[in-house]
Amino acid sequence: MYAFNYQKAKSVADAAAALAKNPDAKALAGGQSLIAAMKLRLAAPAAVVDLGGVAELRGIKSDGKNLVVGAMTRHSEVVFSDDVRKAIPALAHLAGEIGDRMVRNMGTLGGSIAHNDPAADYPAAVLGLGATVETNKRKIAADDFFKGLYETALEPGELITSVSFPVPKRAGYVKFKQPASRFALVGVFVADTGSGVRVAVTGAGPCVFRVPEMEKALASKFAPESVANIRIPDKGLNSDIHASAEYRAHLVTVMAKRAVQAALG
Amino acid sequence: MPVKVSMTVNGKPVAAEVEERTLLVTFIRENLRLTGTHVGCDTAQCGACTIHMNGNAVKACNMLAMQAEGADILTIEGVAAADGTLHPMQEAFREHHALQCGFCTPGMVMSAIDLVKRHPKPTEAVVRAELDGNFCRCTGYHNIVKAILDAAPKVAAMR
Amino acid sequence: MGSLNFIGASVKRKEDYRFLTGGGQYTDDVAPERATYAVFVRSPHAHARIRKVDTAKAAKAAGVLAVYTGEDVAKAGINGLPCGWLITDVNGQPMKEPPYPVLAQGKARYVGDRVAVVIAETYNQAKDAAEQVEVDYEVLPAVTDTASARKKGAPAVHDIAPDNTCYVWALGDKAKVDEAFKAAAHVTKLEFVNNRLIPNAIEPRSAIGAYSRADDSYTLYVASQNPHVERLLMTAFVLGLPEHKVRVVAPDVGGGFGSKIYLYGEDVVVTWASKQLNRPVKWTAERVESFMSDAHGRDHVTTAELALDKDGKFLAMRVHTTANLGAYLSTFASCIPTILYATLLAGQYTTPQIYCEVTAVFTNTAPVDAYRGAGRPEATYVVERLVETAARETKIDPAEIRRRNFIRSFPYQTPVALLYDTGNYEATLDAAMKLGDVAGFAKRKEEAAKRGRLRGLGYSCYIEACGIAPSNVAGALGARAGLFEAGEVRVHPTGKVTVFTGSHSHGQGHETTFAQVVASRLGIPVEDVDIVHGDTSKILFGMGTYGSRSLAVGGTAIVKAVDKVIAKGKKIAAHLMEAAEADVEFADGVFKVSGTDKQVPFAQIALTAYVPHNYPLDKLEPGLNENAFYDPTNFTFPAGSYVCEVEVDPDTGKTTIESFVAVDDFGKVINPMIVAGQVHGGLTQGIGQALLEGCRYDPETGQLVTGTMSDYCLPRAGDVPSFKLDTRETPCTHNPLGVKGCGEAGAIGAPAALMNAITDAVGVRDVPMPATAETVWRALASKKAA
Repeated sequence: MYAFNYQKAKSVADAAAALAKNPDAKALAGGQSLIAAMKLRLAAPAAVVDLGGVAELRGIKSDGKNLVVGAMTRHSEVVFSDDVRKAIPALAHLAGEIGDRMVRNMGTLGGSIAHNDPAADYPAAVLGLGATVETNKRKIAADDFFKGLYETALEPGELITSVSFPVPKRAGYVKFKQPASRFALVGVFVADTGSGVRVAVTGAGPCVFRVPEMEKALASKFAPESVANIRIPDKGLNSDIHASAEYRAHLVTVMAKRAVQAALG
Repeated sequence: MPVKVSMTVNGKPVAAEVEERTLLVTFIRENLRLTGTHVGCDTAQCGACTIHMNGNAVKACNMLAMQAEGADILTIEGVAAADGTLHPMQEAFREHHALQCGFCTPGMVMSAIDLVKRHPKPTEAVVRAELDGNFCRCTGYHNIVKAILDAAPKVAAMR
Repeated sequence: MGSLNFIGASVKRKEDYRFLTGGGQYTDDVAPERATYAVFVRSPHAHARIRKVDTAKAAKAAGVLAVYTGEDVAKAGINGLPCGWLITDVNGQPMKEPPYPVLAQGKARYVGDRVAVVIAETYNQAKDAAEQVEVDYEVLPAVTDTASARKKGAPAVHDIAPDNTCYVWALGDKAKVDEAFKAAAHVTKLEFVNNRLIPNAIEPRSAIGAYSRADDSYTLYVASQNPHVERLLMTAFVLGLPEHKVRVVAPDVGGGFGSKIYLYGEDVVVTWASKQLNRPVKWTAERVESFMSDAHGRDHVTTAELALDKDGKFLAMRVHTTANLGAYLSTFASCIPTILYATLLAGQYTTPQIYCEVTAVFTNTAPVDAYRGAGRPEATYVVERLVETAARETKIDPAEIRRRNFIRSFPYQTPVALLYDTGNYEATLDAAMKLGDVAGFAKRKEEAAKRGRLRGLGYSCYIEACGIAPSNVAGALGARAGLFEAGEVRVHPTGKVTVFTGSHSHGQGHETTFAQVVASRLGIPVEDVDIVHGDTSKILFGMGTYGSRSLAVGGTAIVKAVDKVIAKGKKIAAHLMEAAEADVEFADGVFKVSGTDKQVPFAQIALTAYVPHNYPLDKLEPGLNENAFYDPTNFTFPAGSYVCEVEVDPDTGKTTIESFVAVDDFGKVINPMIVAGQVHGGLTQGIGQALLEGCRYDPETGQLVTGTMSDYCLPRAGDVPSFKLDTRETPCTHNPLGVKGCGEAGAIGAPAALMNAITDAVGVRDVPMPATAETVWRALASKKAA
């Protein structure tokens, strides 16, 4: 990797100040995507602000209605959290599907959604559950957060502090893994929130997206067969050596069906 | 600009001046000359560099040495008892021929110890799924899976 | 023998303790004083003219000690890398042998081709400076695809081969084969690609060159499977150094699978540069470099036909293959798709006529050479996919059609040059069918269907030829090297033994298996025998480890040396016991005078040899140290039967292996535990080829698009099942141990079994490898459409 300046942040305010001061600085959360990119010299930040020591960014709180997960909470903490397992088991399951065990011991929720890899798992949960992303500056609804390929609503110097997940009636996540990277070739998160149904798809397109047609069908009947014949168009979907757009579109339907099945238990 | 990094490795406090961009694995291999932790890839997939940080298995090639500042690090060199007696996981690997060329082995053992800590009574399916982060090109995993299943209760009994 | 016979015992490995505790010493673990670090500048283009390499900026960068380019190595008189096997074209001409420079000369011919090297005080400095080397490329059109290489208008990789053809080579009687096809009741024809693979030993290649002015000598530490061959090629052909002034050490090596057989340009450069700088020069590949620059494997495009009579007897086979050799001829590239491929096309069957024509092409891709199995997996794939397809087409049970054609009497001369010494193919098939409960398959298929899954079963009855030999025959076929092995047995005065072998161990467990062989033969404990390998300064000579040859060839050399030790021991014993040498027999570690109770233990003989007070000094030299070279009289022929059962999820096309049975005949098995481990690993690489692994170059740009572990899929634990193994033994008839070799079998036999199972499940003639979920899903869709 290229040389850079390293700074360990003591607090959110400290980190935000450091990032605001240097537009070429990057926040380092778990580093499981950032360090990998820097090693391949695909990312070259002039400075790295390490959030690893910021205690206020860690932890999981649940009040029955909302589950609030700190931005620096490691994936493995979500996997094994009793609060998460009780409130939103699909979220614990999803976290357990990220990367591998060692990656899950380092990777964080905040890092994942700030990076917004098109094939990452967490964006599907954040969008699928209609979560609220809290930053040092504001609260951003999931629907407004994910903007495009590796693009989010975050402004320079803005840091995710936590994500608040409303507890759904039931939810399910099923992922078809890209066999080499273990990222989602297609992952579908389905949540029955009680007041409606949300379907979020990751891996298939340049950015996580919802499928209104499926949401409508599931709202009238929450059952796998409701989505079995809904086929999203190939247009705009990813097409690469691992899968064609056509196959990804097909998988969206299959994974949606299975996610509904998983939500039904 | 060099930075000072210090941590505990295999029970011993260590410190050094390193370049900021020094990876934890480089610090362990080059500065400490503990060469049992290996580097097999540059995309954090092969798992040959797996070590424990504060009791959790992590990939030492995918983090900065500075991220381990103040941490308690365990590498393969610190797993066996002081008199050289193998840890039950190491012993199970030997017993079941769970290694061939030995290159992935240190990472595999470190990962396996973490695996049975999190899943004290794993099934074969759990072991296979939880080995997602460790590649072995020699053994076909057959004997690694057998060794881990055999070692799980023995490691549990250590606590 | 008594209690000290370890043949057939699963002795735990002697090498494990160091590997389990982090005590292994791989090349990158070696840290010479004052080491410098090399980083290679590699071509980002598949094909480009190098107009200019400007090194000025890089040379001035912090910590940089030297920057060398193709021009520098040419000026230094460094030759290109040699190819070890000359293939003669059907037109009688030698194959085209373009130069294979250690640093590119004038042109870069594949993505990853070495263009320059930067050597600096630290790795980071070398890496940073490498980006400062400015190369002015004129990008040229490239060809990477095997089938397109000879098409009109395809860009020529080398001027001396304007049609990109290295050679066209043929084996068999074409006229007789054509005749047999005319008379056939049924012809099965398949066209397929044997997918290109990237070996990916988990230890990346690594080399440290270290020159010593004190005695004008070099030491090269290198991750190599055959240090002596590396030294011979490098000194005699490339650098022109005196061989005795170069020591090559291959310490612990983290897997090879063929990819570490070859002499690579990096090894030469660090050796040469270490003298220029008078400091050690270290290079270790990043994984991305391994992907682009290790020799790849396979990459055939084949049309294959099988002619059968009305009873399902095979009449003839006709095979046309185009084999991709990559941009340059790697060390053994030329013999893989010829000598190690076409000769295996008889398989386990009595097919009387076989014709195979191989067109070998250059492309703008990494060099292709032997990868676990090397030619034999490709041959087995041809034979076993044809046989299974023919069975389905003629509605003869696939096991039955094999039985009707099995070779049953030995020795058997095939129509493709090999003489099989022994085998019992029916025995392995019977055992595999039983172990795989083939009888219960129909029920399992039905049950799977109820769950919405498609279940399929496939066989593969492979044969391989190991321990390529003898040297004189290989020489007549174009080999430029001998194919023997050397061993030395040093008995110490206390009766402990150190064995020096030219076979290199990088996972195979030689330190244990060879010790078992020696200990059993000498009647001493396994702990009393240590095996030394991998250092040209310690071992007299060696051809190294490849082609599953170590035990059959290297082991036999050791046995011959042990027998010399025993023969000398008998002379000493005869003297001590005042008996005639002819009356002395040796068993269980004791020399005895037959018919008496006089005896002397082995250790006492050893001591006497080194403390020769009571010793026939007039007739015998003191000491007990013997060496032997062994050149086999024939190949060995391991064979086996594999049965694979899969389930396909029709919604996604994803294949799950439900059962994999392998019954192998490796001849005599010395250590069943180690043998099983070899099979597991081979099977997994074979499964990787069939299901997951496929090297891809972009056809437009020539870029390697499967260049990381995120894009090239290696098998993980969850991708394979626990295997069901068994063995049958027909001992090899021409080596004293009766052994055949086991290292490659799994990789040779597995792909066909798996693809036969998938095509059975899906109900189509062919599915290309790797059978990814989408590939299978498309096969299902096309079947539905039809």
